[in-house]
Amino acid sequence: MSASDAARTALAAATGPDGDQGSRLLHDAVLDVPPGGTTPARGTDPASTGDPSGPGQVAPAGPASPSAAGTTGRAGSRRAGAAWRTVWPKLAAVALFVLTWQLVAWSAWRPAYVLPGPEAVLSKLGGLAGTATFWSALSTTGLRALAGFAVAVAVGTGLGLAVARFAVLRAAVGSLLTGLQTMPSITWFPLAILLFQLSEQAIAFVVVLGAAPSIANGIISGIDHVPPSFTRLGTVLGARGWNLYRLIVVPAALPAYVAGLNQGWAFAWRSLMAGELLVVIASRPSLGSRLAFAQEFGDSASLIAYMLVILVTGMAADALFSTASRHLRRRRGLAD
Amino acid sequence: MTTIVSTSAVQARGATGSGAAAASGTLPAGAVRLDGVTKVFGHGAGATTALAEVGLDVAPGEFVTVVGASGCGKSTMLSLIAGLDRPTSGTLEVGGRVALMFQEATLLPWLTAAQNVALALRLRGVPRRDRRTLARDLLDRVRLDRFADARPHELSGGMRQRVALARVLAQDAAVVCMDEPLGALDAMTRDHMHDEIERVWREAGLTVIFVTHNVREAVRLGDRVVLMGSGPGRVVHEQPVTLDRPRHIDSADVAERAAALTLALREEVARHVGQ
Repeated sequence: MSASDAARTALAAATGPDGDQGSRLLHDAVLDVPPGGTTPARGTDPASTGDPSGPGQVAPAGPASPSAAGTTGRAGSRRAGAAWRTVWPKLAAVALFVLTWQLVAWSAWRPAYVLPGPEAVLSKLGGLAGTATFWSALSTTGLRALAGFAVAVAVGTGLGLAVARFAVLRAAVGSLLTGLQTMPSITWFPLAILLFQLSEQAIAFVVVLGAAPSIANGIISGIDHVPPSFTRLGTVLGARGWNLYRLIVVPAALPAYVAGLNQGWAFAWRSLMAGELLVVIASRPSLGSRLAFAQEFGDSASLIAYMLVILVTGMAADALFSTASRHLRRRRGLAD
Repeated sequence: MTTIVSTSAVQARGATGSGAAAASGTLPAGAVRLDGVTKVFGHGAGATTALAEVGLDVAPGEFVTVVGASGCGKSTMLSLIAGLDRPTSGTLEVGGRVALMFQEATLLPWLTAAQNVALALRLRGVPRRDRRTLARDLLDRVRLDRFADARPHELSGGMRQRVALARVLAQDAAVVCMDEPLGALDAMTRDHMHDEIERVWREAGLTVIFVTHNVREAVRLGDRVVLMGSGPGRVVHEQPVTLDRPRHIDSADVAERAAALTLALREEVARHVGQ
């Protein structure tokens, strides 16, 4: 799935019909007698004001209901139940994976020093966690990822905003951005190594090239799909040029932008891992270089242990983006 | 008092170009005058005339309702008055700022009700420190102050339209154009919105041009009902509504006048279809 697809999906959700959300509320507060007891609106049907499902239910800051204390406990256990419902399939999947792995290891399909079982790998991981090299590798890789991603965000955002804003730029580099996005970032490494030798810059170069196009495409697609009614409203309210962009267009494009960031991160992380495997800087241990060393020394347990660390780090970052995206959509009434 | 021939920058920018002759009169605030306004979309063989020689005079503080079959150029006329578009020919004068209300409330989903209103204040140049209080006051005027911090998706359709009404008030316009603002609401809520709009109109001393396809609604609200015909859009009939306010949409008086107007409208539609 391309970034523009991802962004489009996010946006389709973001720009969904505005109309049906309100049906969740039973009543319009117009049926309520206003605070202070002024005369009710003329023509108010007396039967409707006496409706038992009146606005008391919809007032967000209404007084606590008498049963509030009782419902809090129930809500707590309901939340725990919901958490369990999302957690147990994951736990089951992990258990199934470990079991399969263990079975393959026991089958002696490959000797234990080539394919160690889960127990050997986990105890190796525990041992590694006690070494300075492990933490140094983790922090080097983490910092590279963060720095590379930050630059990619800056470049991608600037580029995306500019391309969305100026038709000439779009004509010039619009399709190039999509092209770059589909290009496997590993193909940049030979050139990067020629340009920057085996250095930090070579890695950063490829990380930024890998991530920036996704981020740019995310924001372009977001801006392209801003509902015309929003921009029309902006015009009616007197927002022009930069103000229209800043107050209406960019906030409206935010969900698609976050989707682009998420994908940009995934590309940055992949590019970084490829880079660390290829561009080994001897003095600086990194997750990728440890992986390369482990392979050279035939240390399968360490190799798999580092792979697990890479997997978990990537998943953690992805969870962060999902949370941000869900939060954003919930605030806009696009997710429960 | 300022008299602005065309209030929006869209129109002002284009005013030097070809097309509409913009006469700079001295129209009082809240007055609207259209004289021989024609709007043609497209060029050459594919051109469509949306409005032909439309003339309309609206006095300051008047509530004018415009009815007509769909496609008669009602919305086009409002866009022209609101300055979203420019007439192809004819003169269009508006005294003061124009605000526009749509069928959809078009609240920005990332802002609360109060922030949506405050955005209009901000774009009008109200200083930051005053916006919050003012936005609450405006929500109070549509009796939604308790929902100031609610987000649009937490509000019902009628409540959203009332936030939009508060936002219109925030624009501090002399003239408010409403393009079928209640078309998407259920009958009961619409009924209440009539009271709400009428009350706000009176309190703020606004000029309202209210487009609808519901003749009863037009009679219920208007000081005057303007009937538009289509193909091309033009004013075919104007009918003052002399009924005392408050009126109710289900009252016999309203129904009787609406029936007469519906007959006229039907004839007009039939004539157009017969052509």
